[in-house]
Amino acid sequence: MAAELEAVAGPRAFWSGTLTFGLVSVPVDLFPAVRSRRIAMRMLGPDDQPLVRRYFCSADGNALTRDDIVRGYENEDGSFTIVSDEELDALAPKKSRDIDLRLFVRREEIPRQLLERPYVLAPAGESTKAYHLLAETMERAGKAGIATFVMRGKEYLAAIFAEGGTLRAVTMRFTTELRTPDDVGLPAVTRAPAEHRQEMERALAELTAKELDRNLLEDEYSRRLLELAEAKRDAERDVVEIEEAPPADDEETADIIDIMAALKERIGAAARKPARAEPAERGRARAPPRRVAGDDALADKSKQELYEQAKKLGVKGRSSMSREELIAALLEAG
Amino acid sequence: MAARAMWKADLALGEIKVPVKLYAAVRDAKVHFRLLHAADGAPVKQHIVHPETARPVPPEAIKKAVAVDRGVYVVLTEEEQAALAPKPSRLISVEQAVAASAIDERWFDRPYYLGPDGDDEGYFALAEALAASAIDERWFDRPYYLGPDGDDEGYFALAEALAKREAVGVAHWVLRNKRYVGALHASGGYLLLETLRYAQEIVEVGALRPSANRAPHKREIALAEQLIGALEDRFDPSAFRDEYQEQLKGLLAAKAAGKVVRFPKAPERKREESLVASLQASLKSSRRKETSHGRRA
Repeated sequence: MAAELEAVAGPRAFWSGTLTFGLVSVPVDLFPAVRSRRIAMRMLGPDDQPLVRRYFCSADGNALTRDDIVRGYENEDGSFTIVSDEELDALAPKKSRDIDLRLFVRREEIPRQLLERPYVLAPAGESTKAYHLLAETMERAGKAGIATFVMRGKEYLAAIFAEGGTLRAVTMRFTTELRTPDDVGLPAVTRAPAEHRQEMERALAELTAKELDRNLLEDEYSRRLLELAEAKRDAERDVVEIEEAPPADDEETADIIDIMAALKERIGAAARKPARAEPAERGRARAPPRRVAGDDALADKSKQELYEQAKKLGVKGRSSMSREELIAALLEAG
Repeated sequence: MAARAMWKADLALGEIKVPVKLYAAVRDAKVHFRLLHAADGAPVKQHIVHPETARPVPPEAIKKAVAVDRGVYVVLTEEEQAALAPKPSRLISVEQAVAASAIDERWFDRPYYLGPDGDDEGYFALAEALAASAIDERWFDRPYYLGPDGDDEGYFALAEALAKREAVGVAHWVLRNKRYVGALHASGGYLLLETLRYAQEIVEVGALRPSANRAPHKREIALAEQLIGALEDRFDPSAFRDEYQEQLKGLLAAKAAGKVVRFPKAPERKREESLVASLQASLKSSRRKETSHGRRA
């Protein structure tokens, strides 16, 4: 079951842009390199009907539709400045979809605390030559690129890494988002007595292992939650069936792309079914089922419907998004 | 102004315990909005409602269910949920210490790109084996500072020992009913704790090389190397600012003062025809910049 779920829940192309360095353009698709696999609990009413979230006015208590809602910034005096979508869209510093490689640095120069969210960059467009050239040259030279780009009306600083023939981008925090030990108010670094240091070194030595134990990185809570739910299902206790959209057929899942498959196809390596063994086969981890609500419902919607939903949620940059990008943005917006 | 500690705990390495305070290392510098009712400007509230009656359902009447299959849910009772919840504790327990080089992103430099071309199984096996022994940047989620809480000597001794051994501790803790896994390392003499993502959250990408006919030519590589060299500089993260946030704050200030704001449009980028021509043109323009502005520091 896990493998099947994995197949439908594969990652999607998330955003398309052009990596530029000098005058060289490298069209790329962004795929998230992490995904939330934690189990979301679904809320049901006393009659087992799935519940929904609705907005209400805090003053008159009336139910609101998204069209009744605007976005406001709270000023210091408690009043609000209303800001429209159009104004936010106009703020994007560059309308272009360029990931502008501004600088190359040694990899170790990039402070890890700045790294935020990783994405895989897959070559897009007809020719993959420039992609391979950049990936290979950067990897050989041991260099990382520093780029800026605008995605969904927001500016990002990113580090571009080349590894194993592929490129990836990790968005970075701006230094203004990071505190220093001084900001935190930590005491000045002092040297502990030698015996103390030796004691700590011994303690560390005892805990030292050559290889990281992956079991330490398991989501034990989700695993136990799912185990319990499955045991109860097998015992036919507290099982509720909820009508959900039917599984998408092959054509509809075509836009749900497995990153590895997409990369392989584009990079033109020997054709082979993507290895999809993943957690279930590694033994301990069970792949939790795909996200409870969102995906299917979204996958069944027309682009117009998705757009309307994005509008209601205030997803920025929605007017220029493809269907897949809308889905990804809606999933992200929750 | 000193930050407020989020939490106090004992950092445990086997028998040794070091009392610490936890501080967020990331500061939220972004502008946040609230949703308002357009008609009366009142803030909006969210309620969980029944789909048919549209009436709010009180929290105690809400049942929680886990999906076990498409359309099949299992309701978990409160007792069952409580039994699964992690036990509260005041321990950050270091379970293992591994070489910092195994977790640092320098692991990229490992020569697994020497893996045979065309042999996918070999590739993936190798990539997997290497990935299993290392944590790369995809794992790291959020950094926190640990500060000493009464035992400065133990605290600084541990920071120094971690730095000296070039080690990183993998730690577990439970904070506000949630279990975390994190990496403990030394940074500038202080202890930094970074939450890590769970194994299932990482998308694995093995090595992938283009087939020989798509591989770049030597001449292209030579030009690209020159271009990268020309664009190489030291990394000063503080030179990059979040212009969007700055403009957003500007817009908000201007609107509050009743002004109209305009923003310039980005210029169109000129594109060259062939890859080699683009590289040459880029090199030319980067050289021009160097001679006119002098070498960048």
